[in-house]
Amino acid sequence: MMSFVAILVGGILVQNFIFSRFLGLCPFFGVSKSLDTVYGMGAAVVFVMTLCSALTWPLQRFLLEPMGLGYLQTVSFILVIAALVQLVEMVIQRVSPTLHAALGIYLPLLTTNCAVLGVALLNINQNYGFVESVVNGMAGGLGWTLATALYAGLRERVDGPHVPKAMQGLPLAFITAGLMALAFMGFQGLFKSLF
Amino acid sequence: MWQAAMIMGGAGLLLGAGLAYVAVKVAVPPDERVTAVRNELPGANCGACGFPGCDGLASAIVKGEAAPTACTAGGPDVAGKIGKALGIEVAAVEPKVATVLCQGTADHVIRTYRYDGIADCRAAALMPGGGPKACGVACIGLGTCVAACTFGALSMDEERGLPVVDKSKCTACGLCVTACPKGVMAVVPQSQKVLVACRNTDRGPIVRKLCSVGCLACNLCVRTCQSAAVKMENNVAVIDPAACTACGLCAAKCAPKSIVLM
Repeated sequence: MMSFVAILVGGILVQNFIFSRFLGLCPFFGVSKSLDTVYGMGAAVVFVMTLCSALTWPLQRFLLEPMGLGYLQTVSFILVIAALVQLVEMVIQRVSPTLHAALGIYLPLLTTNCAVLGVALLNINQNYGFVESVVNGMAGGLGWTLATALYAGLRERVDGPHVPKAMQGLPLAFITAGLMALAFMGFQGLFKSLF
Repeated sequence: MWQAAMIMGGAGLLLGAGLAYVAVKVAVPPDERVTAVRNELPGANCGACGFPGCDGLASAIVKGEAAPTACTAGGPDVAGKIGKALGIEVAAVEPKVATVLCQGTADHVIRTYRYDGIADCRAAALMPGGGPKACGVACIGLGTCVAACTFGALSMDEERGLPVVDKSKCTACGLCVTACPKGVMAVVPQSQKVLVACRNTDRGPIVRKLCSVGCLACNLCVRTCQSAAVKMENNVAVIDPAACTACGLCAAKCAPKSIVLM
């Protein structure tokens, strides 16, 4: 049980996918212009990352490794992730066309998003079991959502006409994200003090 | 080796079939009106309307965010067809055409230096003095407007160094106007027959030194005009198309021949 809590805390705070691992930055910058789109995207990211972890782990352990096809890891993971993201996009388009229009291109971008592939590969690298992988995937997604929500809130306040023209938009966004990453470094000592 | 191929191929097929099935099940039927409007649009995706391609404009028109006349490239023809498809009245829009508001050829305007850089007017405009011509708003003649035109209506007259508008192909979309760093190109109503082909706002004595066909703000045209259609604004003559009767008297009186008859 404690290991699951540790994975959750680790994935969300200590090893935040955005601020510590710098994975999944593209939708992070793209969808964070307003807080409303963030929650929709965050839900999609959590869903995709959790389900991808759940699908790629058995693929690796029960298909690739026994048949000695470890070298197919990246390719087969991408295949599974792509199919899953496409599925999610089609369902979102049907269920909520407004959300689909708001997320726009960032949903298919999840396909080659390094955060999704990253969590799948990290699960294998860190020798997690099945449940641990799924929890790690969920933690990664939740951490992504937390980071993007915090960032979007900041961005809504920081953007404005008082910003010098050369810094408007993405330059200021990067600096803000960098400062937030520095702030998140404060969580580094969390494990030692808690566990 | 074949194991890998089989597995990847099999997985691909399986996932593809699954996705196809889901795609059919959760398919969102496209709005018929959007398809109807889209079919009437030219399909050039020139972007002059300000929307992302013809698809974007079709959805905007149906949503009411754009007028049926928004497609300048299609002109009144397309606007009428869209109006019929949606069952709404479309107001007639005056046909327009792009024009070159400069006559600064090599023998008229002084060249301050030889420009040997990127063959793009926007690059040359960043150079000292705003370009290799003495006049700050002169046509640089490197053809950025020609490249911007998606309808092939512009060509560069290499001898004169000025663009030429093919009126039969020009759709007045305005892409050349945005592309030109000097504001040489302008979209004017086709009915306007008399134009001032100069936009230099310097005083007469200065302009005389820069260019032999530049407007000197001598006010002869203003005094000659019988319909009070010509005014002097910022040391350059401006013709009001509403008042102009196209008599051509101002063009005849203009000493540097800055006023041209279309």
